[in-house]
Parts: sequence; structure tokens; C-alpha cells
Amino acid sequence: MKYDILIAGVGGQGVVLASRLLALAAMKAGFHVSTAETIGMSQREGSVSSHIRIGDEISGSLIPIGQADLLLGLEPAETVRNLPFLKEGGKVLVNTHVIPPASRPPGSPEYDPAALLSFLCTYYPDVFCSDFTELADDVGTYRAANVAMLGAAAGARVLPFKEEILREVLDAEIPEKYRAVNDAAFERARKCIRFISDA
Amino acid sequence: MTDKKLLMGNEAIALGAIEAGVQVVTGYPGTPSTEALETIARYAKRCGIYTEWSSNEKVALETAVGAAYSGAKALVTMKQVGLNVASDPLMSLSYIGVKGALVLLVADDPGPHSSQTEQDTRVFGHFANIPVLDPATPQEAYELTKLAFELSHEFEIPVILRTTTRVSHSCGDVEVKAAEPAPVETIEEGFVKDRRWTIFPKLTAERHPWLESVQEKLSEHFSELNLNSVFGSGKIGIITSGVSALYVKEAVKTVRDFEELFTLFRVGTVYPFPEKAVLSFLKDIDQLIVAEELDPYLEEQVLQLIGKFHLPVDVYGKKNGFFPVSGEYNVDIVTDSINRALVTCGESLRLSHASPAVSREKLPPLPIRAPTLCAGCMHRTVFYAFKQAAKQLKKEAQTDTIFSGDIGCYTLGNAYPLNMVDTCLCMGAGISLAGGLSRTNPKAKHVAFIGDSTFFHSGIPAVINAVYNGADITLAVLDNRTTAMTGHQPHPGVGVTVLGNASKAIEIADVVKSCGVESVRTINTVDPDSLESCVKAAKEAMNFNGPSVLVFKGKCVGITKPDKYYKIKPEACKGCGFCIKELGCPALNLDGDKPVIQDNCSGCGLCAQICPSEAICIGGVKL
Repeated sequence: MKYDILIAGVGGQGVVLASRLLALAAMKAGFHVSTAETIGMSQREGSVSSHIRIGDEISGSLIPIGQADLLLGLEPAETVRNLPFLKEGGKVLVNTHVIPPASRPPGSPEYDPAALLSFLCTYYPDVFCSDFTELADDVGTYRAANVAMLGAAAGARVLPFKEEILREVLDAEIPEKYRAVNDAAFERARKCIRFISDA
Repeated sequence: MTDKKLLMGNEAIALGAIEAGVQVVTGYPGTPSTEALETIARYAKRCGIYTEWSSNEKVALETAVGAAYSGAKALVTMKQVGLNVASDPLMSLSYIGVKGALVLLVADDPGPHSSQTEQDTRVFGHFANIPVLDPATPQEAYELTKLAFELSHEFEIPVILRTTTRVSHSCGDVEVKAAEPAPVETIEEGFVKDRRWTIFPKLTAERHPWLESVQEKLSEHFSELNLNSVFGSGKIGIITSGVSALYVKEAVKTVRDFEELFTLFRVGTVYPFPEKAVLSFLKDIDQLIVAEELDPYLEEQVLQLIGKFHLPVDVYGKKNGFFPVSGEYNVDIVTDSINRALVTCGESLRLSHASPAVSREKLPPLPIRAPTLCAGCMHRTVFYAFKQAAKQLKKEAQTDTIFSGDIGCYTLGNAYPLNMVDTCLCMGAGISLAGGLSRTNPKAKHVAFIGDSTFFHSGIPAVINAVYNGADITLAVLDNRTTAMTGHQPHPGVGVTVLGNASKAIEIADVVKSCGVESVRTINTVDPDSLESCVKAAKEAMNFNGPSVLVFKGKCVGITKPDKYYKIKPEACKGCGFCIKELGCPALNLDGDKPVIQDNCSGCGLCAQICPSEAICIGGVKL
């Protein structure tokens, strides 16, 4: 067994936490796991990504081009930026909530989220798109968008372990005062995506 | 009973060190090394380990040396450029050696992701005659930390555990000896007076032959270790170390029966080079591919061996253009490089790549998302104030200003649209650099920015030099009460230690006054109308003849809760976009043709102070 997941987003969106939760669940399911996160300067509003490699063997923590089985994109442009890592026929879930760059230095390209999303749909027509930031905000805080996306992945049945395992990890890892809101974000996204994927 | 944990490489190193019985741990924060000391600090009280963030890496190493001279087991942690700071004591220490054990964790950063150099600590170990271990995974980092302590104790020499970002900052499942680390042995007062602890030309001359003989002994010893492992039986050899070994393994696996084509040699103890083991590997192969990040260290070692023993082996590495000479490697880079070598070898087989549906070339234009100062960061206010002060001086007196930056979050002052960092070199360099610039550009004003932790790290000697030699510079200390970039560690100005104990908080203004600076002012940046006073203070300091210091006090939004947020009054906003264009604050964005303030506003009020239409006001209280 080998399953590679890439999470992409912007510094501050909770990519590192989402990666840790998936890695813990994979370990609990009996696999080896290896992750690579962006830590340091880019965490300050820069592009960030986490590579999570799950399998029967230990490998280097960086996913090679074209080998990720699943791409969880917390932001449209960051999702598209990381598409070369996704394999042909790989699964992609994208949070359509746009985070414009804080500044536009002269000569930098215009950010056209609609064009990027339609590019995404051309190559991956069964992509799951939703505003998970808004969904998380509705249940309590926009900050839980990362956990909502994990719920969405569970709902789409694209994780290599049972969703109960991920839930147990969530219960154990999220501090009690944030648990209810994260649970709610997870559950709402899971149900919403399950409904679409089963339809 | 063993236990399996998900550990970051740095956490694994911490647990390995505790298991090895480490008693004294020192270090200075630096990405990607920081979490090792932080993890030990969490267990310090329970396990009885003395742990400190030292004021810089040189001080950290010297403190650990004192402990090791007394028979204690000590660990020092730093990033690769930290080793440059600590190199003075390290170079002498190799001649003297240690009594207990001394391990240096030094984290390299190929890429680089968060560093100013792509230097290779394997080569530094070679230069300093200090053994270097090179783990590939968090599990190995845990094991090799324990080995490093054993070697240091047995051979009475400091040992470097060298990691890279993909080891230190990777998480993996690690099998540890115990679920919870046990207390270490209590430190005994073991310093014995002996002339061996006092370096002196005569002592160095006596010790040098010993130092060289240890290198030989270690090379022999390392040749016996299964850390330096051979796999396969092919005529094409591949030698590699660290994470590159994992990339090689993954790359060659795309060929069926790869073990019949290749023989892999993974070097775990990179210095002293395990000559005997490598020699026996070289004797069975015709061609050798060298896969390693950063310097061609292994390549130079094998080339020497091949020359020394007149072996008929062709080498394919960085030196003849088969592998990239810089940057971080990955499976794809290693695959392409090995394939280039296979072509020249006359081998028909090729390693294969997956082909993505969307290649990099096919991607549409994407917005550039460079790292930037956080919304509400006090540094933005100070940078903007100096920008305004410099503009006024230019207008009034045609005076230019040169801004020297330093290492920390505030290096991000270089980014558009602030553009407030004209030079940046290394920790603490900005002040002396400004001094040098002032000697050659006397008509211009010279401003140096330095953060609080960096000031204590290596800024003080530069202040003394500016006073002593009368440099006409202005120093702006950006005091946000934490070492922010590396994840908010305390420092000598904060009044708390890594263990959370209260300590004497050293006032930066008092330090510079006692260094002889006559013009010293402390400015509060927390007030939401502080911009005007900051601009005024900046201008006065720049106009002062001689060294002047402004200590800007504020808070780091990364560790404090905002009390309010701002909003834009749509009826008053003319949509000029001045706030966005001037500040580059991540909380400000265009919605249609008018700016909006987003949820991540932390209430600094800078935008409200510069809005030409006075359209920005407090939006409410943040709970």
C-alpha cells in the first residue's frame, strides 16, 4: 500500500495541523508515515504545503511529481500551483475561498480565481469545490476550514483509513475548548460532500 | 517497553538525547533546528536536565563545553549559520576534546527555505576535525543521537549530528525505547583541574597528533558500522548520504531487478570518511554515481580514494555536471541526474517518472505569494515611519537614506511595497554595515534595523564600535518582546527563561546608554496613533550627529490577542487604494474597486492613520 496526500494553502490556514491529524490517523491504521511541512519564513502569509506519505514502507517525505493520490487545496491558487504533484486520475478537493496576496509587486500576474477553478475542472472534472471557510465560519470560526476539509475528504471516501480513526485522532488532538467547533466543521463538511458524492 | 510515536525529526533527536542521558542542553533558535531544544525543555524539570536558550551560538557552545569538561553529557543546538558563530570555540575545542560527552545538533537548510546560506556542515566537520553523523529519517535521527553521545564519550571528542530540513522538519513514526523519557543521572561536581583544559600554543602542538590519530581511528571504526550499508550487486555504484539516500532508493525502484544493475552505498557516518568500507565497495564496481545535496563532499572523498588506489572507476556527480550543484534535491531531480549518468555509462535502461496530468509548464499564470509581515505587525509601523522620515529629509535637504536590515521577521521589510531593507548580511551585521556605509557615503543618512533577540545575539559589540569610532548612524531596535521568526522563544530582554522561570529582564535602552550612546529614546508603537510620534522620533534621531538609538516597543501579533479591529466606512472611502498600495498589509484587500478589512485585522490602526479620506475607523472589540 502507498498513498500520498498533498495539502496546499497559505501560511496561517492550519496546513501543518491538518497534516499532523492525517499522519496520526495513518499511523493508528498501522501504516508507516512520513510528512514534510513548510515551517519558517513562508509561514508568514506565503504559499505553504504539506506532503503526507502513507504506506507499508518508509520513503523520503517529498512526493514526486505526478504521484499524489489526493490533493486537499485550502485556497484556489495554491491548489492549482500544486497540481503537478497530483497523478492522473487523482482526487482533488478545493476550498473556493480566495485569499488574495497581501501585495502585488509590479509585474506579478493578476489573480483570477474563476479562471483557475475552471482550469482545474478541465483536468479534474470530478473535483469537489466548496467554500469550506464559509462553512467553518457558519459553525463558529473560519479558522476551522482545515478540519472541515478533512471532514470533506472523509465524506468523499478518499482517505486510506476508516473515518472513525480520524475522528478519534481529532478528539485526542484538538484542545477541548476548540473541539466542539472543529467537530461541527468536520461533520458538516463530511455530510455535505457525502451527499454530493453519493448522489 | 517500546512505543511508537509520530515525531518530528527534531523531537526524535530530543528524545534520543534524553535517553542518552543528556544533562545540560544549550542553543540559540534557528530554523530548522529550534524544536529540538524546545522539546527537551518540556521534559527538563521531570528529567532533571539543565536547559537554556543562550544569547548566541558561541555562548551556547562554550556553556556546553564547561559542562562537558566537568564530565556531564551536553547537547548544543543551532542552525548551520549558527555554527559559523560558534566556530571559534569549536575549532579550539577539537584539540582539547571533552570529558563527559558533547554533541552539536547542526541543521542544514538546502533550498534554502529559511536561511541566508546553503553551506554544508559535513564539510565543516571535515575542516574542524569533528565527526559528523548524517541521518535520513526521524527514526535514524533518534538512533544516531544516541550513537553521537556514545562516540563523543568514548573518543573524548565533540560530535556533530547534522540534519537537513527534510530530517529536522519531517514527521514520521518513530519507535522509541519508552513511552515517557526517564530522569537522567544527576550532575556530579566533576571538574578536575588539569592543564589539558587551558589551550596554549604548546598544548595545541602536543594535541595535534592526537587529534589526527583520532580521525584515523574513527574512520576505521566507522568502516565496521552497518550504518554505512551496501545493497545490491550491480556494476554501477551509487553513493549517497542523508535524505538523498531515500530519494535514490525510490528512484531506482522504478527499474525491475534494480539490485542487479546497481550497488547502493549509503554513508551514515560522513566524516571521518569510512575509507575501508568505501574502498571494498569501489573494488566491485565500474562506474560510480554520487547523489548528495549541497557540497560535493562524498564526491571529493571518493575521487581521492580512487586516485590514491588507482581504481578504474568513472565518477558521475556534481563536478562533471550530472547533478545540480545547488538547491534542495527530490526524487525527480535524482531520477533525471541518474538517467543522465546512465546515458554516458552506455546503459540502455532508464529510471522512470510518473507523468502528471498537469505539468508545471501547463499551469496558468499564478499570483506571486511571497512571505510578508503579519497583519498588525509593529515592524510595519516602524518601517513606514522611517520611510516617511526619509522622504521628508529628501525633500527638505536632498538627503538620501540607506537602510540596513538584519535577520528576523523584519527582514520581510524588504518586500514590496515597503522596500525598506537595502542591505542584509547575517545576524547582527546591520549596525556595523551601516557604520561602514557611513564612511563611504557621508552625505547620506544611515539607519540600521535590528530585532530584540538579534540585538542580544550579536548587536552589542557593533553598538560599542559605533560609539568608540563615532559612526554617524541611527539604530532602530524593533523590540516585540520575543524571538518571533523561529516560533516565539524568550530572550534576555523578556525576563523569562525557556523553562518559564523568571529572570532579570535586560533593558535594551540601558544597554546602549551604558555603551556610551548619548541619544537614546524609547518609543511605544502600541498606541493606534503612534505613527506621527514614530516619524518625528525617526527624523530627530537621523538628524542627530553621531550614533543614536531608538528602541521601538510593541508586541508580536503572533502571541498576543488583538483587542480591537478596524473597518472601512464605505460612504467615506473614495476607493483610492492608498492603504493597500502603501502598506501591503494582509488584512487589506480589494473587494471590487474598494478596499475591505478582513478578519485577520489585529487592530494596529496604521491604515486608519494614513487614509487620506479618514475613512477607516475602529470596527469593534475583538473577543
